[in-house]
Amino acid sequence: MAKSIKNTAGAQGASSAPSGSSSAAGALFNRLEAFAASDGRMSLLVVALGFLAGTLIVLAVGRNPANMFAALLQAMSGWDLTRGVFNVRYVGEWLAISTPLILTGLSMGFAARAGLFNIGAEGQYIVGLTVAQFAALFLPQIPVLHAVLCVLLAALGGAAWGGLVGWLKARFNASEVVATIMLNYIAFFLSRWATMRIPGANTFRTPNLPQSAQLDAGFLQRLTNGSNLNYGFFIAVACVVAYWWIMERTRLGFALRATGMNKDAAQASGINAKRSAVTSMAIAGAFAGLAGAVVALGSFNHGRVLAGQDNYGFTGIAVALVGNSTGLGVGLSGLLFGLLASGQPLMQSRGIPKEITLIISGLVVVFVSLRAGLRVILAWKRREQLVARAAAAAEAPGGAAANPGGAPASPGGGSAAAGEE
Amino acid sequence: METYAVEMIDVTKAFPGVVANDRVNLAVRDGEVHAVLGENGAGKSTLMSVLYGLYEADAGRIRIRGADARIKSPNDAVALGIGMVFQHFKLVRDYTVTENIVLGMEPRTRLGHIDLRGAERRVAELSERYGLAVDPKAKIEDLSVGAQQRVEILKTLYRDADILILDEPSAVLTPQEVDELMAVIRRLKGEGKTVILITHKLREIKAVAERCTVLRRGRNVGTVEVAATAESELAALMVGRAVSFTVEKGPARPGEPVLELRSLTVKGSRGHDAVKELSLTVRAGEIVGLAGVDGNGQSELVRALAGIDKPSSGAILLKGRDITKVGVRERIEAGLAHVPEDRHKHGLVLGMRLDENLALKTFYKPPVSKAGGALDFRAMAERAERLIGQFDVRAGKGPASKAEDLSGGNQQKAIIARELDLDPELLVVAQPTRGLDVGAIEYIHKRIVAERDRGRAVLLVSFELDEVMSLCDRIAVISRGAIIGELDAAGADERYVGAMMAGVRPEDYKAAAAGEASHG
Amino acid sequence: MRDLILILPSVLMMAAPILIAAMGGLVSERAGVSNIALEGLMGIGAFTAATAHYFMEAGAGPASVWLALAFGLLAGMAVSLIHAFASVSLGADQVISGTGINLLAIGVPVFLSQIIFRMERTQPFRIGMMPGPGGVYPTAYVALAVVLLTWYLLYKRPLGLRLRACGEHPQAAAGAGVDVKAMRYGAVLASGALAGLAGGCLVLTQTIQYTQNTINGAGFIALAAVSFGRWLPKGVTGASLLFGGAVALAIYMVNVESLRRLPPEFFSVLPYLITLVTLVAFSGKDWAPQAIGKAFDKGRS
Repeated sequence: MAKSIKNTAGAQGASSAPSGSSSAAGALFNRLEAFAASDGRMSLLVVALGFLAGTLIVLAVGRNPANMFAALLQAMSGWDLTRGVFNVRYVGEWLAISTPLILTGLSMGFAARAGLFNIGAEGQYIVGLTVAQFAALFLPQIPVLHAVLCVLLAALGGAAWGGLVGWLKARFNASEVVATIMLNYIAFFLSRWATMRIPGANTFRTPNLPQSAQLDAGFLQRLTNGSNLNYGFFIAVACVVAYWWIMERTRLGFALRATGMNKDAAQASGINAKRSAVTSMAIAGAFAGLAGAVVALGSFNHGRVLAGQDNYGFTGIAVALVGNSTGLGVGLSGLLFGLLASGQPLMQSRGIPKEITLIISGLVVVFVSLRAGLRVILAWKRREQLVARAAAAAEAPGGAAANPGGAPASPGGGSAAAGEE
Repeated sequence: METYAVEMIDVTKAFPGVVANDRVNLAVRDGEVHAVLGENGAGKSTLMSVLYGLYEADAGRIRIRGADARIKSPNDAVALGIGMVFQHFKLVRDYTVTENIVLGMEPRTRLGHIDLRGAERRVAELSERYGLAVDPKAKIEDLSVGAQQRVEILKTLYRDADILILDEPSAVLTPQEVDELMAVIRRLKGEGKTVILITHKLREIKAVAERCTVLRRGRNVGTVEVAATAESELAALMVGRAVSFTVEKGPARPGEPVLELRSLTVKGSRGHDAVKELSLTVRAGEIVGLAGVDGNGQSELVRALAGIDKPSSGAILLKGRDITKVGVRERIEAGLAHVPEDRHKHGLVLGMRLDENLALKTFYKPPVSKAGGALDFRAMAERAERLIGQFDVRAGKGPASKAEDLSGGNQQKAIIARELDLDPELLVVAQPTRGLDVGAIEYIHKRIVAERDRGRAVLLVSFELDEVMSLCDRIAVISRGAIIGELDAAGADERYVGAMMAGVRPEDYKAAAAGEASHG
Repeated sequence: MRDLILILPSVLMMAAPILIAAMGGLVSERAGVSNIALEGLMGIGAFTAATAHYFMEAGAGPASVWLALAFGLLAGMAVSLIHAFASVSLGADQVISGTGINLLAIGVPVFLSQIIFRMERTQPFRIGMMPGPGGVYPTAYVALAVVLLTWYLLYKRPLGLRLRACGEHPQAAAGAGVDVKAMRYGAVLASGALAGLAGGCLVLTQTIQYTQNTINGAGFIALAAVSFGRWLPKGVTGASLLFGGAVALAIYMVNVESLRRLPPEFFSVLPYLITLVTLVAFSGKDWAPQAIGKAFDKGRS
């Protein structure tokens, strides 16, 4: 509870304006509040800060940040500044690498809208990837149908892995944070064990995947001068639309959004919070599973025995946070992080260590957490202001007498800001 | 020449929208037991929080033992010898009694670590001296509520408090524990301590207090000698004379019972029985008001009715159908509407739009939902427009306004609109006019009466006695989780009702009133 | 049975860093701040220690290892300041800020390696820490010391009583005059220091350089040990030994006849599986500190 701005004893302070701060600071404060209210603008700010920090770090180690930006430009447009050549392949690579990031971002975002923190996207991704590889190698090799089945099964696998977490949370109220991290590792080791048992597999790969299961698109490859761009990209776009549709246009999405924003009010209105937990985590898992399928069947022509985590799941967290967990936001944010990833080799060749992109990603996430903190501080200051105004109003003669029931000075001020009693 | 332990002079404290303390004067003599009496919202806890340094007053002075004092934090208060025992205990459940008491002021051995045995000895000493029976080695989670309270009192004594503030100490105690508490207070006084007792329980004031200051709506309405004042007079001071709101209504025409509560028991957050074998009937075409001071089980009762919490025993019947174990949505379908006490917690999803909030209980079926699960936004908006017009909900952007942008009154109107639109058999309304302006209050009262006249059953739960008395047809007073008395609102004596709210049983009140009458 | 005794030094080698990091997690969580950034902080500590040792090896001789550990400890503490500031001062979501640090820790060490060593790993140092008598590395004794020190501070000193109160019922602590924010800051910094130390121990005993795969989940295993050990020093020690044993078994089981039939992944997955099961089985009674994960709001009573 904010302590009120203290008046000197026996104040006759009705003459001064009731705002607790000087006018310049007050104006700045108002502008800050308005800025912080817009999620989109805050995201842009956070990204800008991340890039700024990255630039400073590059400078600090004695490299030229212009190279970093030149690499990013090349990754995005294919235009090589230094050599003055244009190669559309880079654009294709950018879009290809954005695909799994968009999908894992959707995964994290979907759960977040429903009020759950899904750090388990990595595990759901692994399950999807593994299932896709198995389906590719063991299902009948009917063109088109084979690939579709692989993708669907991968989504189902991810959904099961995610739904499991939702069920644990609903049934046992087990923390989804610890549970998902554990399941990530369990998925990882399970995947290794299962994949290595495929006949013909060794410790790092399986036999080649049949063409009928792969997501390569000939026309896309020709269009982008031999890049890795494949049908997976369309899957990602379709998922963005599906995400938006489910969230904003269906009654399921309505129920999930309400639960995510105010679980108590949702429950009091008849929405089943336990079922929401399972459903939202299952759908989130499905998105991540699709990410796994897209990587397994689009970027490689053989199955992999995972040696380490691909980290798409973790970067997906950053994607969702920056994208504010909306469909379009995640799509754009995924493209941004995909840009950072696809720019890595280009940066490396220009003398900038490619990990700078990982650092920028990490800083962006840290800044996002500060963004929430900034809002908290602003809200607190706003409350202080209101209290000061109310106090001054009470001081004025007859002020208190005219206010028996207490007309609220602020919108929505019904709830007990007045503390106990 | 009497010395005052505590003097609060012209203390004023305001919060957004309400003045909790309005130029309050309080003088507590050294070594006396002084009660501070008032209803909910009267300002008692706020005043004591100012004294204890949790809040800083906007205006006014405090003198302790005759010297001006600046109390900016509880540490300052403790340094001045003031101790406070809160309604919500500040005890670490996992720790022992001793650990809780010495936390922050731990005795050390020569090596610098905690001298647990020395601490236990000191606790035992204090416990002995003041008659506060506790086992220094017991864990808090194993103790009864009464014992936990004794630990809180020991905390203040361990810090050499001379002035003890007890905030509604008997609110959570059983009758026997209350008697024990009274004995403790007398013992404390015997040892020379000054005790300030915040309470609304008249019987306890009569039992231990010497003087009593009554607060109403943030103002001090009088300080009296307890021995010379009857309970009924105290109740009158607490509750006030005039009824501020008059509601136009015709006589009620009660029909069949719609809601029957049979011996309902609901557990509260601390594991005790917040609602204890409560039985009540509400008929169609009548408004039953549940009057009582906050903390006597109203919130738990309403939550159990709505389906948010499950009762541990007893039955809830809606038009003859047992809905005790039925989920929230089914209750809504069966005809139960609920205007919650905390509109921001249970009533609205603030981040959502107004039309979405208005559809919160019906979005899953037509017309808002189309076949296949998609939402029909036009239907949602149409319904919202209709309700906004009918109920005069002022929202800047109409149905598309964010719920959090509406004023409190309009938020409440929106909730009521939504609930009434369900065309319910039973309307449960809790604190409907809290924090609202006069216009909104009038409007809401009118609508509630209109529902009654259409033959609906209404259960109104309110801490505002005025509201209950003017709006309701019948009044049931809840105290300690059960109905202590019921009466018709017409011609009800508000002193009688106030006394029941304060825990006085009807028989006792009538006997006392008869006794007074015979004395002339 | 003999085989089990033979791999005891390896078990201790694996368990020591886990235990040290877990103690850090314990301290932080007992004060009410969840710290899932242990993994990342270990990585930072490992990188710093490996780099420091590489440069000091020739000059400082046997003391170099200990100096390197000290640097690792300081690095971990410095980075945890970010988490402390975000969670305690700003009341930010502790899981998000912890995740941010983990992401940073994936990038920063390799980035710096590229700058300093022009490789995506640190330059291998010649000799890491030398094992002592019985093949037991000194890190085991360091771990033991950390455990005892933590236990002593938490349960025997007023500091510990107050810190634990901050995690169980911060309002009660505040009411008793404890500065909850300062306590939590200190706890997070301590956990960062211990995690950094743990990372240093790991890299100096188990490998010759720092790479992106060096930590490989040890930080999360430590977190799991805190959960499984029910936030008590004794329990966490037992859990760390158990988990460390599982990790050791996974590597050394090829030498053990009776275990060779089980797939190595079985042992790798054991710590996580056990934690998940206990999390679910014991979720009825909440062992975790009551106020963990919630920002401390003075106003609430």
